[in-house]
Amino acid sequence: MTTGTDITSRDSSDLLSPEAVARRRRIVRRASRSTLRRRRLVGNTTRLACYLALVIALIPLVALVSYTVERGVHGLSVGLFTQLPVPFGVPGGGVKEAIIGTLIIVGLAAVVAIPLGLSVALFLVDRRGKLAATIRFVADVMSGIPSIAIGVFAYALFVVPSHHYAGITGSFALAVLMLPIIVRADEVALRTVPEDLWDAALALGARPSRVARSVVVRTALPGLVTGNLLAVARAIGETAPLLFTALGSSLLITNPFQPMDAMPLRILTDGTQAEPHLQTVAWATALVLMAFILVLSIVARAFASYATRHAR
Amino acid sequence: MLGSPRQAGLDAEPDSDSGSDSGFGSGSGESAVTLEHVTVRYGKVDNPKQVAVRDVSLVFPRNQVTALLGPSGCGKTTILRTINRLHDHTSGRVSGAVKVGDLDVYARDTQPEIVRTRVGMVFQRPNLFPTLSIFDNVVAGLRMNGVRNRQFLREAAEAALRQAALWDSVKDRLGLLAVRLSGGQQQRLCIARALAVEPEVLLLDEPCSALDPQASARIEELIVELSSHITIALVTHNLFQATRVSHRTAVFLLDDQNSGTLVEDGPTFDVFQSPKDPRTQAYVSGTIG
Repeated sequence: MTTGTDITSRDSSDLLSPEAVARRRRIVRRASRSTLRRRRLVGNTTRLACYLALVIALIPLVALVSYTVERGVHGLSVGLFTQLPVPFGVPGGGVKEAIIGTLIIVGLAAVVAIPLGLSVALFLVDRRGKLAATIRFVADVMSGIPSIAIGVFAYALFVVPSHHYAGITGSFALAVLMLPIIVRADEVALRTVPEDLWDAALALGARPSRVARSVVVRTALPGLVTGNLLAVARAIGETAPLLFTALGSSLLITNPFQPMDAMPLRILTDGTQAEPHLQTVAWATALVLMAFILVLSIVARAFASYATRHAR
Repeated sequence: MLGSPRQAGLDAEPDSDSGSDSGFGSGSGESAVTLEHVTVRYGKVDNPKQVAVRDVSLVFPRNQVTALLGPSGCGKTTILRTINRLHDHTSGRVSGAVKVGDLDVYARDTQPEIVRTRVGMVFQRPNLFPTLSIFDNVVAGLRMNGVRNRQFLREAAEAALRQAALWDSVKDRLGLLAVRLSGGQQQRLCIARALAVEPEVLLLDEPCSALDPQASARIEELIVELSSHITIALVTHNLFQATRVSHRTAVFLLDDQNSGTLVEDGPTFDVFQSPKDPRTQAYVSGTIG
């Protein structure tokens, strides 16, 4: 006669007998019940560890944001946005030229890098093979290059031959910095579009480029926006590539072929002065930079959700 | 074919903690699963539009096949998922009472994992674990429930695969990745995986919808065989399948507030031949849905 703990093997004909079914059911239920407490403990511990990791990950972020707000909020004023830097010791002054410079430099970089990155990503999604694998590998390696090296590269390529610093050289350096990030992020986003959708659109007689534009890019839009935002946010805060290229300035310059100021450069310049007033301006500029990225994220996401809802 | 395991197999030794479960649920045993006034809502706010299924009271008799019929979106799958508490993991909120044997599924001290070892489920599309072999897929539920003994795992795997009529075709390649099998075999492997835990209730959510007619026919044979010792709830869109395999049929339709509702249930023959409700009549004769 079988008992609950008897687990010896038997003939296959016996395997499906009612007794065998009942015996196995008893063994499984008993194992399940007797281990349930332990399994729940493991589960709860894991969950707790996840929450703990979340808190630990948030600590530096919250600390950074709150410290910047605390130090920078005093420096916020209308003048910060409307005035140019003032000489050492003079009260007031702002960072208008740095804000405009950042918009121009990063804007130009994004205008080049985003479409280029998307095109490369579409190529990677469409083609399998050595070339695609190589490009992917190069992009991975490039996203690991220190930004200062990219700055030196742009310096050697443009500034040395022309003997001239320029905002647009900074844009070039930032575009080089953004490109691999965009390529990889876009590829991941595009790959989330099910193959079925390609099939569906192709079967309707659409050319592949049309499928990519009307179906794939549109479907992947939220992911694309997130990935590109990450790249823009990364570029907007970069200082090192601009040191060698845009140089910085305390004049309001909108011609990208002249040396320009940018917010990270202004933070570096003002923040390293032994003048409390200028340090406050630097903190306030850092705060504006962070707020800028926040606003950019919100606007871009709102745009993505609008575009998805009003798809044609 | 398998006789009635209930009488034959009942405990050779008394189960130490038989309070919640003697291996076969309650002794009276007329209904394996009972739904009383079950309503399922999706979303967070109380909004009549978000009631997926309204006020379903339904009994699944022990060791019978009960087919749940109805057009798409009328809550058949939603009802199925109330029985093993899968809504715990979605935004669905369940009110009313569900009982499996004498186990109150939504009682405060009922662990969902205990419910799910008693109620197996097979889904529309084969969802085998893609990184596991055939053998490891079959015994996955056992391992997750803390069964470690290798000999027992082998025995249970063979039994489950035999019940799923898959043993002879896979016994020599149990180490093969399960997703290498054909669609019909994959679905039978899913059934074997559910059976390995030896559930007393099996929920089948359109198990044949992704299969060709031959593979469907084999699954149907399987359902009939399994119903000798397992209570089966079968969601299907196929009226003929319901007539072929089910003892009882429950028909669901959308009510005027666009919520799923139970229109009629009874022995399959009666529901199809002499439906009480005109909407059932229209549905089974193919004029609506």
